[in-house]
Amino acid sequence: MGNLVFDIAHLLAGLQVLVSFLLLYQDRLGALIRVFALQAVLLALSVAWQAYAQDAPHLYVTAAIALIFKVLIIPVALDRMVVRLGIHRQVETVVSVGPTMLAGIGLVGLSLVVMLRVTAGEADALAREDLAFALSVVLLGLLMMITRRNAVSQIIGFMSLENGLILAAAGARGMPLVVEISVAFSVLIAFIVIGSFVFRIRERFDTVDVDALERFRGGRG
Amino acid sequence: MGLTGGLLIQSAQMALVLALAPLLTGVVRKAKARLQRRQGASVLQPYRDLARLFRKEAVLAENASPLFRAAPYVIFAATWVAAALVPTFATGLVFSWTADLIVITALLASARFFLALAGMDVGTSFGGIGSSREMMISSLAEPAMLMLVFTLALVARSTQLSTVAQVMLTSGVGLRVSLALALVALVMVAVAENGRIPIDNPSTHLELTMVHEAMVLEYSGPHLAMIELAGQLKLVLYLSLIGCVFVPWGLAPAGASVLALAAGVLAWAAKMAVGALLLALFETSIAKMRVFRVPDFLGAALMLGLLGTLLLFVSRSL
Amino acid sequence: MLPFYPAFLAGMMLVVLADDAFTFLFGWEFMSLASFALVVSHHGVAENVRAGLVYLMMAAFGTLALMLAFGLLAAGGEGVSLQALSFSAMRAHGPTPLAAAVVLGLALLGAGSKAGLVPLHVWLPLAHPAAPSHVSALMSGVMTKVAVYGFIRIVFDLAGPPAWWWGVPVLLVAGPTAVAGVLYALMQTDVKRVLACSTIENIGIIFVGLGLALAFEANGAPAVAALALTAALFHVVNHALFKSLLFFGAGAVLVATGEKRMGMLGGLIHAMPQTALAMLVGAAAISALPPLNGFVSEWLTFQAILLSPDLPVWGLKMLIPAVGALLALAAALAAACFVRLYGIVFLGRPRSAAASQAREADGFTRTAMASLAVLCLAAGILPGPVIDALQGAVAPLVGVRMTGQGHLAWLSIIPVAEGRSSYNGFLVFVFIALSASLAALAVHAFGSRAVRRAPAWDCGFPGDDPLAQYSAESFAQPLRRVFGRSLFAARETVTMPPPGDMAPARLSVSERDPAWAFLFAPLGRAVSALSGRANAIAHLNIRNYLALVFGALVLLLVVLALWA
Repeated sequence: MGNLVFDIAHLLAGLQVLVSFLLLYQDRLGALIRVFALQAVLLALSVAWQAYAQDAPHLYVTAAIALIFKVLIIPVALDRMVVRLGIHRQVETVVSVGPTMLAGIGLVGLSLVVMLRVTAGEADALAREDLAFALSVVLLGLLMMITRRNAVSQIIGFMSLENGLILAAAGARGMPLVVEISVAFSVLIAFIVIGSFVFRIRERFDTVDVDALERFRGGRG
Repeated sequence: MGLTGGLLIQSAQMALVLALAPLLTGVVRKAKARLQRRQGASVLQPYRDLARLFRKEAVLAENASPLFRAAPYVIFAATWVAAALVPTFATGLVFSWTADLIVITALLASARFFLALAGMDVGTSFGGIGSSREMMISSLAEPAMLMLVFTLALVARSTQLSTVAQVMLTSGVGLRVSLALALVALVMVAVAENGRIPIDNPSTHLELTMVHEAMVLEYSGPHLAMIELAGQLKLVLYLSLIGCVFVPWGLAPAGASVLALAAGVLAWAAKMAVGALLLALFETSIAKMRVFRVPDFLGAALMLGLLGTLLLFVSRSL
Repeated sequence: MLPFYPAFLAGMMLVVLADDAFTFLFGWEFMSLASFALVVSHHGVAENVRAGLVYLMMAAFGTLALMLAFGLLAAGGEGVSLQALSFSAMRAHGPTPLAAAVVLGLALLGAGSKAGLVPLHVWLPLAHPAAPSHVSALMSGVMTKVAVYGFIRIVFDLAGPPAWWWGVPVLLVAGPTAVAGVLYALMQTDVKRVLACSTIENIGIIFVGLGLALAFEANGAPAVAALALTAALFHVVNHALFKSLLFFGAGAVLVATGEKRMGMLGGLIHAMPQTALAMLVGAAAISALPPLNGFVSEWLTFQAILLSPDLPVWGLKMLIPAVGALLALAAALAAACFVRLYGIVFLGRPRSAAASQAREADGFTRTAMASLAVLCLAAGILPGPVIDALQGAVAPLVGVRMTGQGHLAWLSIIPVAEGRSSYNGFLVFVFIALSASLAALAVHAFGSRAVRRAPAWDCGFPGDDPLAQYSAESFAQPLRRVFGRSLFAARETVTMPPPGDMAPARLSVSERDPAWAFLFAPLGRAVSALSGRANAIAHLNIRNYLALVFGALVLLLVVLALWA
């Protein structure tokens, strides 16, 4: 039975990596937001599963926060933002999908090797792999922020990065609730800040392409 | 159960896949029609189509070569042999050691090689379009398929499909991330290889979007029937493959009793039906993608396969 | 040209017979020079002269690298004598680890440049097609194999036991070579050049096998090393068979039509049915389709790759599956490449008058092609005896031989263990033949046997112009778009005339070889810049020359004084 508990946790973590790749693959904003919601659902599930497995009720709170904010509020808000701002519905990429995914594979390989080597002999194999998955999700989120032009997809990259952090935190035993709630709130605040920022960019420049800001940086001549 | 019993099961399986292949396609079409709120043709319509084609005369283009006439038989034979080597209702097929999963993939590649050549034979521009696009699609789908063969082989320590199914069935492989990745990749490859939406539309005759249909545009009569039948067999093959590797429950083991075999057949039929419904649902809910979006799709399948393999390589050595 | 052909053969023979470094290098250089003479045998064409020049440069470079490698191998022995240059003396004392590592690098450069490993392949697509077709067949089919022999002789035999990482550089070069080679082939429009580029791909596949063998041997898995080495050697045999066959076919087409540009050919299956049949076998074999021979060696390589999780080294664990993916990609692209070659040249309608007036090749050519095609099929359906025959070469190199395959029931091959994997080419062949004939019989018995000839349908728009067919360029367009953009910087530009102008629109495609652009072109510029500087030395007066000599002498003396 203990085997199955672990297997499910492992599978959920792995599926989040898979969904991170799906995020990289999407070329429509709507689909991107929905896939992000899917990742959040998986996150909530895996945190809830950890709560059950570790017998740590406060993790249920974390799961609920993830479910409410990331599955419901943020996607809906993003959807409305896209509609209200009339943003171009296509994800504008700096690097095309193929090379991005290749880079993603490299990152996952890297995080596996790093995590497994650093934690050698510490915990059991699957837990170490879970940590590696969490690191992969973080790295893939960063990769997405780097390779996407549109501010909305950058927000999603950031949120997905944060999903990876929560995944890692939930996996590690004995994470106090205070830390998690503060993380959740800081992310929410970050979301609000970035969101209003997007509105501002839009108002000023008529686009949400962050490269448009480049022109307004001084010192370039 | 000696050699004769094994031979009997093997030939039963060969006959079964051949006999039920049109039915599966009929079920998919019917389900799709119902999902689109159409009445749809009867599930037996593919049989009628095949019978009609068999009875018609073959019209050959004036400059069609002997290769054009031979290709349908080669395509059909390679696909049928490949389909006969995938365990459908029982493992331990008597000839399963003839070919492993890599060989099955390569047999399908042979069929495609001849199909693409046949598409170029008459020298029409549509045939060329079809062949060129088909080879582009397969150049990514095949490596993806091989990558997930690697994944399965690493889990089961064998590329023999019967052994893989046996391992999945008996030992506690558990829920593995690599297997989840492999399943997604296999579904993507299966969609591409069978020319289903979103890669290709099996029911289109809109010139610029055709891939498979463009290659077989010049075929008629019994030749077309062979190619259609091969396509239907391929669908059975892929669904059986997914069934036997990822939901192996119900497979009758080697040397099982007649009752177990019957149960195996029923389980297989149920899996096929579920698979057909899911395929219809998937096809209805998604739009066909541009041709140059396809490399991204299949590239993603390749990456997932590679990721699954890498994960296994790493975790095997912990 | 006639005297050079046997000289070329003799040179290759001498290389494989050599038992000391001097004879080896002598034969190697002899082979290079004779083949150079054959490459420029049609020296009236400027393109051939350029090909010969590039070839000569690369050959000289390769020989230099090998000479240095042998020098390092012989250096450990006592004294400088012919005795120290013999292979047995080199084996006896073995190089230091550092020297062995340098020898590996030099062998990769020297033998690799002759075999055509990327990025040292640039001469190959120029020189192989420039030679007459039967020479091209020898150069692609045999000379590249002599280079493989040279690599195996130096690295597996003379350089002592391999270090754990030796497989890494070989695999890193070989995997990309396989994919790049076939992509080059897909971009070419000259029949013989397509074949030459596909040689690069096959060399990549062979070196993947060799790299795997090195990795496994060094990491304590000699049985798997034997499997990988067998796969590589099997592919050596296969490539010699089918590439010679394909070059013979290209030669037959060249003789029959005077054309090797794919855009001028087409529909030759009607005029040359027997050549077309033999070429079909060759094309299917090189595309690694069962039950032909090319598939068997790739299958064996994949089996070796699947055993790599047991390796103890992290880097290899991550590298080998990636190389496996590249190999699978190369195999699939090879199928696309040969569908393109065969479909454009033999199928469809003739694109020029020369192609429509072609005649079947003469009896000798057909016999040569037919016998090679039969050998391709035989090696494919009876792989067991071939594998057993190769063990004579495998056993001394890795110390272990694969278990005998020739006597297994039903002619199967079982490389590792029965439960793990097995393949039976013979039965696959029989099954396909049986079910195809069964289907044909069924159609004849129950279906309609009526056949009518009619104009092509083509959705109702049959074009009359054969040039409206898909061409070599258009067939490769999707693949060029998918792979060529980043790799070859392939660009398509459409020039549209302004509205009202009746001039035709033009579509032009440009691409560049990254090896030329990033390696050889800068190298060439550097050399010409240096020689521009050095040119000044040629215009000094006699006093300055004497000063130079004097300076050099003093410098040497100073070095000598400080040396001790």
